Amino acid sequence: MPVMSYANAAKLAVAEAMRDDPTVWCVGEDLGRGGVFKQYTGLVEEFGPQRISDAPISEAAIMGAAFGAAMAGTRPIVEMRFADFALCATDELVNQIAKARFMFGGQSRAPMVIRKPMGMWRSSAAQHSQSLESWYTHIPGLVVCCPATPQDNYSMMKAAIACDDPVVYLEHKNIWSHEGEVDTTKSVDFGKAALRRSGRDVTLVSWSHTANLCAEAADTLASQGIEAEVLDLRSLWPWDKAAVFDSVRKTGRLLVAHEAVSVAGFGAEVVATVAQNIPMKTLPKRLGSPRGLIAYAPNLEDQMRVTAPMIATAAQDMMENEPA
Amino acid sequence: MSLPNFDQKAGLDRLRMMERIRAFEETACRAAIDEELVLGAIHLSIGQEAVATGIIENLRRDDYILSTHRGHGHTLAKGAQADAMMKELLGREGGCCGGKGGSMHIADFGVRMLGANGVVGANITIAAGAAHGIKLLGGDQIVVCFFGDGASNRGPFLEGVNWAGVFNLPILFVCEDNQYSASTLTSDMTSGSIADRARALGLRTTEADGNDVTTLAATAAEITARIRETGTPEFLMAKTYRISGHTYFDPATYRPEGEAERMQATTCPIARLREALAEAGVSTDELDGLAQEARAEMDRALDAAREAPWPADETAFADVQDIGSPLQEAF
Repeated sequence: MPVMSYANAAKLAVAEAMRDDPTVWCVGEDLGRGGVFKQYTGLVEEFGPQRISDAPISEAAIMGAAFGAAMAGTRPIVEMRFADFALCATDELVNQIAKARFMFGGQSRAPMVIRKPMGMWRSSAAQHSQSLESWYTHIPGLVVCCPATPQDNYSMMKAAIACDDPVVYLEHKNIWSHEGEVDTTKSVDFGKAALRRSGRDVTLVSWSHTANLCAEAADTLASQGIEAEVLDLRSLWPWDKAAVFDSVRKTGRLLVAHEAVSVAGFGAEVVATVAQNIPMKTLPKRLGSPRGLIAYAPNLEDQMRVTAPMIATAAQDMMENEPA
Repeated sequence: MSLPNFDQKAGLDRLRMMERIRAFEETACRAAIDEELVLGAIHLSIGQEAVATGIIENLRRDDYILSTHRGHGHTLAKGAQADAMMKELLGREGGCCGGKGGSMHIADFGVRMLGANGVVGANITIAAGAAHGIKLLGGDQIVVCFFGDGASNRGPFLEGVNWAGVFNLPILFVCEDNQYSASTLTSDMTSGSIADRARALGLRTTEADGNDVTTLAATAAEITARIRETGTPEFLMAKTYRISGHTYFDPATYRPEGEAERMQATTCPIARLREALAEAGVSTDELDGLAQEARAEMDRALDAAREAPWPADETAFADVQDIGSPLQEAF
């Protein structure tokens, strides 16, 4: 099985889809030079500048024009460069793309993949670091996914391009170079969590890069005799309630961790949904960023980080401070 | 005085269309005011019928248009059925959007009318994209994007018009200048000229009297033929006047007293065309007949809409998305 980076896994998926379907095309700033994170390198040579299209710095037009082209019969992959910049195209995504099929009584579809590189990486400060996935889960009409591994970035990209719904596709910027085996025969359905580790004591639920941190925390916990089960949701709408319910029924403990601000984050949705349905041995917990802003200086930036040791400590606390 | 080569048949066709647009809107207004059958806002294009009529007559059925919140005229002119449109305004089953969109989201993809839009200016980038899609797919259709003068002050105007120029797309942008941004005089809130903005973005720009359907249609014929031939975007400023308020329940007291009445008397495109046709020898009876036919058609549309049932409750959950659909999981 080939080993490839998270960035190249998605690129392979895009290239394969473009070979299979001449209506698939990519549009965004700097794509002709490979894109800001090199996730498109080499594609313009194979597919030409019409299908790997540069764009003016016009996020609203990139999003809106791709939508128009989707209604005219193409399948655009929209590159927003940074999830933060996609906010310049919020009307186009939220008021137009997400609603068109419904408002027009089913006359239109918007088969689009909207790529939004997200999350903290290195000293990128408040406008290039955000995790806003929970916003999009709140918008009916959108599919939201947050792949954490090269395998999922291949398989989910394939699924996203094939999907007739608009898919908000949030790749984490800090893991472009992460390598892993990619089985190109493997498909992923939206709404199916990945079981990253089995365990009987506590369920850790996460997505995107924080799912990787949960797996790391589970290793630490195992060395202390705590068997954590790690579920990577992979897609947040739809999300795999059944897998989470099953796991929490078994462990009786739920900890949700994510990089986004804890307040009104998607962890709140997961905790509330589980709490309404599954009796637990301890109070459930969510772990996210404080409701503060991401700074440039590394020590300030770290104040907002959720780390693997923090996840391990939170899980330990849940094991130790069990109500009688 | 009639033009030397005044085409009487074309004139009658245009008058028929403009009378249908006006009758549709007047009927919808009556249904709203007298019977409370139209529940949401409707934005009327009374006084602006020539723009939709004169431009769209030059389009093929497979050409695309995108419209604004004031979109009934464009939709009818593109060939949508008044019945389905009236049902949509009443929110009934059989409406062109299944009662989910109403007036502001009226659309008929069957005649390639890709939607009115509740957000001013939002259709400009989408229209550029439809033209982009045509080009990618190697099609020979063109796109016409209608928007108002107020939309030229939104960002998507710059982004969308620039986009069409950069990618050299087969689209005609039509700024339907009715002079008002809701209750504000657009010229009070606009620096420079809108046509100059389009010229600065590199588009061939034409300024026309949007209330003279005969010359507007001829101008639009030249422009659309050129776009079809060259695939290059163009811009048309069509100056008109919104005789009605912003919405049907807006008394428009912000306008100088007598302005609307004066404009109606001097610029109404229907009155002007009737006059030209009368001078060309068409009888008043025949002209009145077109208006009566149009009113009768819209009365029938309203009767049918009044009798139509509400959409089935469960359709509130349909056509949102396939994956994670609220039909399967709404909570």
